[in-house]
Amino acid sequence: MELGFLLGSLVKIIAIIAYLYGLMWLLARPSIWIKIAGLVGAFGIVQLALTDINGFRLLNNFDSGLLFQASAMTMVALGLNLIYGFNGQFSLGQWGFYGIGAYAAADITYRWINGDARGLLVLGLGALIGTLTLLGINKWLQRFRGIPVLSSFTLYLIGALITGAAAVYLGNQLNPLLTPLLGSVAEPGPLNSPVAQQVIYFLAVILAGIFAAQISFLFGLPVLTLGSDYFGIATLGFTIVVNTLMINSDTILPFPEMKGGRGMIGIPKLTTWFSAFFFMMAVIIIMRNLVHSSTGRSIVAVREDEIAAKAMGIDVAGAKLMSFVVGSFFAGIGGAVYAHYIGFLSPGTFNFLAGFNPLIIVVFGGLGSMTGTIAASFGWIFFLEGMLRVLLSQMGTEAPTWRFVLYPITLLLLMLIRPQGLFGSIEWGFLKGPEFITAPRQQPEPAHKSAI
Amino acid sequence: MLLEVHNLNVYYGAIHALQGISFHVEEGEIVTLIGANGAGKSTTLRTISGLLRTRTGYIRYKGRDITNTPAQEIVKMGISHVPEGRKIFAPLTVRENLLMGAYTRNDPNEIQRTMERVFASFPRLKERINQLGGTLSGGEQQMLAMGRGLMSRPTLLLLDEPSMGLSPILVEEIFRIIQEINQQGTSILLVEQNAHMALSIAHRAYVLETGRIVLSGTAKEVAENPMVKAAYLGV
Repeated sequence: MELGFLLGSLVKIIAIIAYLYGLMWLLARPSIWIKIAGLVGAFGIVQLALTDINGFRLLNNFDSGLLFQASAMTMVALGLNLIYGFNGQFSLGQWGFYGIGAYAAADITYRWINGDARGLLVLGLGALIGTLTLLGINKWLQRFRGIPVLSSFTLYLIGALITGAAAVYLGNQLNPLLTPLLGSVAEPGPLNSPVAQQVIYFLAVILAGIFAAQISFLFGLPVLTLGSDYFGIATLGFTIVVNTLMINSDTILPFPEMKGGRGMIGIPKLTTWFSAFFFMMAVIIIMRNLVHSSTGRSIVAVREDEIAAKAMGIDVAGAKLMSFVVGSFFAGIGGAVYAHYIGFLSPGTFNFLAGFNPLIIVVFGGLGSMTGTIAASFGWIFFLEGMLRVLLSQMGTEAPTWRFVLYPITLLLLMLIRPQGLFGSIEWGFLKGPEFITAPRQQPEPAHKSAI
Repeated sequence: MLLEVHNLNVYYGAIHALQGISFHVEEGEIVTLIGANGAGKSTTLRTISGLLRTRTGYIRYKGRDITNTPAQEIVKMGISHVPEGRKIFAPLTVRENLLMGAYTRNDPNEIQRTMERVFASFPRLKERINQLGGTLSGGEQQMLAMGRGLMSRPTLLLLDEPSMGLSPILVEEIFRIIQEINQQGTSILLVEQNAHMALSIAHRAYVLETGRIVLSGTAKEVAENPMVKAAYLGV
């Protein structure tokens, strides 16, 4: 049994890596139809493997659980790779934003199915008015030169607090209009049909991402001015603060439905493979296009040399803030997808020690390699949770804990053998970016040949 | 007057690095600041390009006050800074490095045209277009840094120690190209330790000593000054 399981797990990991490679290869084809066909096909294959045909399923519940966890982890880790790998800001705050996204989205859908639209209204209005306010303040501040960061931060904070209060007030006012349509859990109203719930779920995921991004903007503004090590410590503090707030969400925060340290139960399990795949691919495509744009080059330039980047006319603080906000947006989306897959959120999941997981994945896959991060996310979940945990559990009840000894050893060996990470700077197909960048490097120009 | 600097006082914490520096650059000139290590030459350039702030005085560019303007605005106005020690982006290709120099510009055709002009000045960069910046030799890196500085189409180019760590032949080549760039209409403010080379191509020169300007004049006058001869030219 163990041998069969071992082989099966290895085959699965290899199949997934091959699957990802094939998908990236198809997406790199010039024709838009092949790209679309590739996406639909990739979605379809897994969907088929997850469907029950005559009592046979290629991927059982356990495997599909791993798949969803891995896709959520991919989004979080890609966000962290943008912040740490591409922009060079050592951040331990990613897990906090992941938790914020998970709780925010779960709160929206939980309240919705229980006949309360305030979650969606408040966060939706907050995303709309809040973003407009922050952008407005930003536009206004550009008129002045040389404003100290803390002064502009104070203005942003005041703006955010006022819009937050406005969003809560408006949400409470508008709520009675919607509640009759929602019904209750026992008698679902017209806005609680399965299709409507999926729409709300998609909105909730995006709003959770925006909420995490807004928080990261306010947090990042003063903190990103710190040097890299101090920034790491500050973001670690952020993760711990978020975790503490989660544990006390029913006492010091007005969210009794989150049930504090006991964990939030009854979140509708709305994540399907379609939504997980959709959001994962959206994150991958957005990230790839961002990295290969001139903004992406400016992000890398800031990592390489801040002085030179400044001399090029790059707004260094702006580039750092942007990558931090976008990275947190991805984390928020990942958290939201995770929450609706698992259906239960416990503050223990968002404990700062677990926050090192995305960091390890990014380093393992290779800093600044999107391919590495994606492959490592899937490999990590399937190897550690899927294979080692089951194998070790057959050696005794306490044995699975040994995987926390085995993976640091793996990491140690990798760092000794391949310090640049599993993939270094290798990118697969689509992730390589547009043609002129992929053109073979160091190829002599014809003009040069004739000159000789 | 293209650039006018008046009474700059710049501090690094408690250290008074620039103690009331005033000078100017006319359109089409090569002006050089020479001086020993720690005289404040690089600090001056960094203050002009917005990397450092001054406590007193003003910087005027084309008659407009640009004191303490953020660096990205300064680049848009047409001042380009080629920092000391080249500071090229090692994991980016030569082409990507040059594109970074045009970060503040938007029209891709115009950028392409500027890149062709840079390649005309530095043919060696064209040969290495897809090579990673970090794999270039020291001289090529200096050329890349200067080419990158030209990509924003500056009216005023600030060059910080372009001869640093280069062989004498390469130094000659770099200085020849600096003159060429100047003849094409770009004014240049050059900071150098290699006083001899700098004075040979500059129109005017200022000598800095521990944060003060101690001597100024045409390059010829400065080169013939006995104090400069003894201290910097080793004659």
